[in-house]
Amino acid sequence: MGVVHGQEMVLNIGPQHPATHGVLRLQVKTDGEVISEITPYLGYLHRCFEKHCENVTYEQVIPFTDRCDYLASMSMNFGYVVAMERLMDIKVDDRVEFIRIIMAELQRIGSHLLAVGVFGLDLGAFTPFLHMLRDRERILDLFEMTCGARLLYNYMWVGGLSHDLPTGFIESTLEFLDYFEPKVDEFENLLGNNKIFVERSADIGVMPAEVAINYGVTGPNLRASGVNWDLRKDDPYSAYSRLDFEVPVGNGIKGTVGDSWDRFYVRIQEIRQSVKIIRQAIDLLPKEGDVHKAMPKKIRPPKGSIYSRTESPRGDLGYYIESDGTSIPYRLKMRSPAFTALGVLNEIASGWLMSDVLAILGSLDIVLGEIDR
Amino acid sequence: MTVDYLFEILSGLFEGLIGTNSLLLLSMLIPCLAVFGFITVYGLVVIYAELKVSSFIQDKVGPMGQGPGLHAGKWGLLQPIADALKLLSKEDIIPSSADRPLFIFAPFMIFIGAFISFIAIPFGESIIIADFNIGIFYILGVGSIAVLSLILAGWASNNKWSLYGGMRSAAQIVSYEIPAGLSLIIVIMLSESLNMQDIIKYQSGGVFNWIIFDNPFVPVAFVIYFISALAETNRTPFDLPESESELVAGFATEYSGMRYAFFFLSEYANMFVVSAVAVVGFLGGWQSPLVGFLDSAAWGVFWMISKTAALIFVMLWLRWTLPRLRVDQLMSVCWKVFLPISLVNIFGVAIWTVIFN
Repeated sequence: MGVVHGQEMVLNIGPQHPATHGVLRLQVKTDGEVISEITPYLGYLHRCFEKHCENVTYEQVIPFTDRCDYLASMSMNFGYVVAMERLMDIKVDDRVEFIRIIMAELQRIGSHLLAVGVFGLDLGAFTPFLHMLRDRERILDLFEMTCGARLLYNYMWVGGLSHDLPTGFIESTLEFLDYFEPKVDEFENLLGNNKIFVERSADIGVMPAEVAINYGVTGPNLRASGVNWDLRKDDPYSAYSRLDFEVPVGNGIKGTVGDSWDRFYVRIQEIRQSVKIIRQAIDLLPKEGDVHKAMPKKIRPPKGSIYSRTESPRGDLGYYIESDGTSIPYRLKMRSPAFTALGVLNEIASGWLMSDVLAILGSLDIVLGEIDR
Repeated sequence: MTVDYLFEILSGLFEGLIGTNSLLLLSMLIPCLAVFGFITVYGLVVIYAELKVSSFIQDKVGPMGQGPGLHAGKWGLLQPIADALKLLSKEDIIPSSADRPLFIFAPFMIFIGAFISFIAIPFGESIIIADFNIGIFYILGVGSIAVLSLILAGWASNNKWSLYGGMRSAAQIVSYEIPAGLSLIIVIMLSESLNMQDIIKYQSGGVFNWIIFDNPFVPVAFVIYFISALAETNRTPFDLPESESELVAGFATEYSGMRYAFFFLSEYANMFVVSAVAVVGFLGGWQSPLVGFLDSAAWGVFWMISKTAALIFVMLWLRWTLPRLRVDQLMSVCWKVFLPISLVNIFGVAIWTVIFN
């Protein structure tokens, strides 16, 4: 059967569009409903963070990291303080390590809930999104309890934390986890086994492992393509090497390995693993300890540079810090996982229909704050 | 028919005061106003229902308030009125590059389509504005006006998203009218009439005489009709023409204020029309489910509206539960699944009727 080609139309998706997850502009070439080429244009949310960092002290960088990936601020803090501690060779207490892990994993749950919910929303399922927001709200309540902020925490500091855990935090967290675990099954059923959802996501936007690696895609998107790569296992930082958890990978249950459904599935499985990690971290958490003990009076790292990476909810989050021996970084560069994930969009999404392109974009879980920085 | 009936009453009242033509006009105008009033009130009720049903499904409270003032009234009952006032008072924006006459005309046209369908819907044995001998055919026919208006809106907005929405709705509504029509053919075959009242009277004598229980093929036809009706009214999972996450708002992207409200209201009015046709065709119309139980003319209105409301509730329920199909999947469901099943159904019913009756 021959293919009919019509006139191509250039269409701008965004920067104001309900499905671009912020202010992304996609210039697409469309032939009817079929999209033949996608060019993302960035910079609408560019706030010069990396340049700003060259003019503030090392402590003052932390709030900037919050504002990059505003849906996973804890993980952004975490990556930065791990890099700084490696640069300055600081060892922190177990209590600090495990509090950080609890926070980072709660943040991972929150971030993945939003990612999966918004993916559903992009496919037209409004209700799962609100159910997930409802549960994410309880995670934000826990963060609020800890440091007073709900979105931008500035919680993890170099060598310590801004506050110790408040009274009752552990009980509230355990209560939340008990409530939350059955909900994960509910979410998986509500979306993952929904016939329409499967039709819309299985075999759509397949990203083979090779393509994912070539484009530098990391995190759940890479694992959905069947590559077992998780920095918490493969390049352990903090106390992750002492915790027992699995790395879920996509195995093409409903379609091909690396399709949109697998990206959804990997995130749901990672939520389960995070719950498991938090439970272990709570068990291992020392009862006493000063979270400010290892904090240096003045942060003045030795001359030199470091590249350190951690596993944020969106993938490998790298910080390159160049120090000239003063209290102000000479250069700070972030390697943001969502940026590389967006790079692969044209490769995996061109040739699909309009609806699919936006669904694939949703399944990649990009955050514009982190891409534009 | 109501118009004749009104004409008789009015002639009795205003004998010699007003000319016959004016009286005839008046007796046509009164039912029109009644329909308009009904659609408005129904619109407010169904908007409230949509807000509340979605709230129950999504684990939130929906419109709430405690009393007068700026609150939304008790249980948020004033919310739809506030919504309507908000839409009325909004700035009416027409894009400078839009095709102005068509842009203005499109919302009226879709409303006309919904409005004139109402006159053939029977609410009771004598409560029907125009009892056509081809009632069901008439509703299917005028229901198609919606598609013209959506294309018009999509084209006249001069916006690429609107154009996408318009084209999608054209393809969708035209396709889904075929399985819907084929399902109703079964009703027509069984009742041997196109007249709405005759179809209802054929189903008299309790719930088991309703057409849906007539033979095993009819429930399938009912399901096909209902799904096609969802597609025709652009409801989830078939809300592709206005899919907010893809096409911004589809054909309605450039519309604001009252013009947008007309699209909105027409969608809800169309939901009522297609549900009413399903009730008439399959669920016994205004007849009580049990013989002799609440079986008077006034209760007929109650049965008709409550059966229709039940179907509308299912539509709301589906909307807040399901994701959206893709445009090619939508088409393949229609042409590759519903159409063959509908055709087989027609043969099945024909053979069943020959063998068992």
